Amino acid sequence: MASMSRQRGGLDAWAIGAIIVACSYFALWGAANATDSAFAIQMWTALGAFLFGGALLTGVLGRGPALDQSSRYENGVIKAGVVASMFWGIAGFLVGVIIAAQLAFPNVLYFEEWGWTNFGRLRPLHTSAVIFAFGGNVLIATSFYVVQRTCRARLAGGLWPWFVFWGYQLFIVMAGTGYLLGITQGREYAEPPWYTDLWLTLVWVAYLLVFLGTIWKRQEKHIYVANWFYLAFIVTIAMLHIVNNLAAPVSLSGWFSYSLFSGVQDALTQWWYGHNAVGFFLTAGFLGIMYYFIPKQADRPVYSYRLSIIHFWALIFLYIWAGPHHLHYTALPQWAQTLGATFSIMLWMPSWGGMINGLMTLSGAWDKLRTDPVLRMLVVSVAFYGMSTFEGPVMSIRAVNSLSHYTDWTIGHVHSGALGWVGFVSFGALYCLTPWLWRRKGLFSNALVEWHFWLSTIGIVLYITSMWVAGIMQGLMWRAYNEFGFLEYSFVETVEAMNPYYIIRALGGTLFLLGALIMAYNLWRTATGKEPAHVRTADVPAQAVAAE
Amino acid sequence: MTERERDSVSGTETTGHEWDGVKELDTPLPRWWLYIFYACILAAVIYWVLMPAWPIGNGYTKGVLGFSDRNNVAADVGALRSARAPMFERLADASTVEIAADPELQQFARAAGESVFGDYCRTCHGAGGAGAPGYPVLADDVWIWGGSLAEIEHTLRVGIRADHPETRMSMMPAFGRDGLLTPQQIGDVTEYAISISAAGARLDPNRAAAARGAVLYQEQCAACHGATGAGDRNFGAPSLNDDLWLYGGSREEIRRQIELGRGGVMPAWEARFDPGTLRALAYYVHEMGGGEPDAPPPAATPAAVPEPTQNGPPSAPLR
Repeated sequence: MASMSRQRGGLDAWAIGAIIVACSYFALWGAANATDSAFAIQMWTALGAFLFGGALLTGVLGRGPALDQSSRYENGVIKAGVVASMFWGIAGFLVGVIIAAQLAFPNVLYFEEWGWTNFGRLRPLHTSAVIFAFGGNVLIATSFYVVQRTCRARLAGGLWPWFVFWGYQLFIVMAGTGYLLGITQGREYAEPPWYTDLWLTLVWVAYLLVFLGTIWKRQEKHIYVANWFYLAFIVTIAMLHIVNNLAAPVSLSGWFSYSLFSGVQDALTQWWYGHNAVGFFLTAGFLGIMYYFIPKQADRPVYSYRLSIIHFWALIFLYIWAGPHHLHYTALPQWAQTLGATFSIMLWMPSWGGMINGLMTLSGAWDKLRTDPVLRMLVVSVAFYGMSTFEGPVMSIRAVNSLSHYTDWTIGHVHSGALGWVGFVSFGALYCLTPWLWRRKGLFSNALVEWHFWLSTIGIVLYITSMWVAGIMQGLMWRAYNEFGFLEYSFVETVEAMNPYYIIRALGGTLFLLGALIMAYNLWRTATGKEPAHVRTADVPAQAVAAE
Repeated sequence: MTERERDSVSGTETTGHEWDGVKELDTPLPRWWLYIFYACILAAVIYWVLMPAWPIGNGYTKGVLGFSDRNNVAADVGALRSARAPMFERLADASTVEIAADPELQQFARAAGESVFGDYCRTCHGAGGAGAPGYPVLADDVWIWGGSLAEIEHTLRVGIRADHPETRMSMMPAFGRDGLLTPQQIGDVTEYAISISAAGARLDPNRAAAARGAVLYQEQCAACHGATGAGDRNFGAPSLNDDLWLYGGSREEIRRQIELGRGGVMPAWEARFDPGTLRALAYYVHEMGGGEPDAPPPAATPAAVPEPTQNGPPSAPLR
């Protein structure tokens, strides 16, 4: 029987054990030979994590069957992912509120003695925490959930999904503590140093193999659309991550490295990566979530299979070209800027294909929006997706970009996508998953979901409207000339003019954080509730169903 | 499979697949979606024909409009530079009296000066030259190194404690940190400094301590700050008789300055700006409140201003 062979460690456990031993050895060597104290701290952190991982592995194997076989699907790692998502989400939103307050009240929140609290170190902590820690955990957890259900196959790889989960958490801890220590590659959204990048590569390849393995052994003839998007996300992120982080470390016992690219090629590589982090991490992956959770929660069929095919392939093909629009009016050759802008414009309808499919799936179930705040959250996320994927192509037009670039309009655009789309679709998925995984009839409180929904929505509106006004004002002030052709405003005057909007933005972020705290409480009460367990029939092991 | 399942709400056929209860309708592509998609592709193709677009070999398709950012920017910069050149040339040789007598030149000098000040000076000296602790007020009539147009411009050129061979240089000793005076003696000098300044009225100096401090003052401080504390612009030694303090005017702050002998650094701007811009900036600062009448330039003024180098920052930043 399958459960017996898992009892005392199969090949999966031995391979993971070998990785832990090898990495522990490197961490110990690195800590002992570190050329700088920051690297030493990182290596001690890693060593501690590997020892914890080793203990966990031995402990789990020693207890007997490593994996819960009471469901036909592997649920433990997804439950862990739900908890991790919520934890990192709140951490990331909190750091966001802190740095928003630092921008609003720079003199109050500046601590000369604590360099690690500087905006420059906390800002990558915020972006990585919300994108990779929160978003990444949501993606891994939901993809593991969706691929099993839509393939009618248990997650492949035995203990490997757990390796992916814990390995990914280690990546987050290494990256985040590194930023606080001042370790960064100086590449936006790709700040972690070479050894952290290598570790993520290993984890990511394991993730890809687990996902592919599960698809491979599926019991459905066709692969569901959500899985196309998840797979595109996993494969492309692997490629982007590896290419953009090609670097030569100065020493194997130090964190600093030099990029393999230089000058404008380095910049273009970075923004090819940066834009596709948006396109494949924050879009394709979350479209995978949308394609499962919206039809599921609305209990309606997906609006158009044909649209899903066309918009999938168009999106995948076009997105990868759009990066140069981040480098308009720079040293990047103009022809590359042209391609970046035109491909972004062509991307508009492929993006909206996803929005149409998400919204129109509601036809015949619109009335549920009044009573089901979770579904409403999912649908509003799609609306925000549509809004920011219209705004993006507009901002990629060079004439518009000459006004918007480097201003807070960009920050507002990113957050309408990040808070509205990624945030809300993730919240919706977590609200669905928690009762499903912990086998409850429903959430602890729908009223609290309503509170979360409205607080967060108001927060997002405050955030993006204040950044629109601030950004456009900033852009106009920067380009204002007097009659002699001298600039009308000095830079610092434009900074002063931002202040009221920065305060409004911080307020919006606070409301968003407050909503997430309410959500965490609600999910915790749902998971630990006293209500009797409620098993979804689809989750019952196959042999049990057959026996009935 | 002959007849596929139809959705009861929309009447549309499904694809006949089902995953974990999720089905798909076989709805055709929305026409408006498809046509806008085509229109976007068409717009992109037209743009490619008009503008620089596709790489080929070592070059790229130039586009039928012959549009080039680099050429356009170079032309714009050239046009603005040549339009301004006559004014900057007139400004470079003009005195305050001459500038004031020519309204057009004066407006130009103010605009250029304000613009340069905003981006290069305001960060430290504050809006309107209001100053900040450690950064002198420019809007009053108290000058550490001199307040005539020529003196201000000289300070701008060479900087203060800056990386320039002729920079304005003075170093107040750190009497406390370097152990030149005991804490007791520093206390005495502090009381004396307060007693000879206008701050004496509000800080009520200790007479006995001030008397002891007077002796130390003559030994240690008078060489630069003068026997009566009037200050000396040759050394950049501020007057101690007024109640204006670069590093703060409380008893503790005055004492702290004697202990540490702090002195700030102002960059030398000679290599950054052309003579016309420097004159405009000096005029703007001079006009801020307390500019002094023109005086003959000091002997230390460099005879000639070097030509800006090619590698350096633009000589006349287009602002």
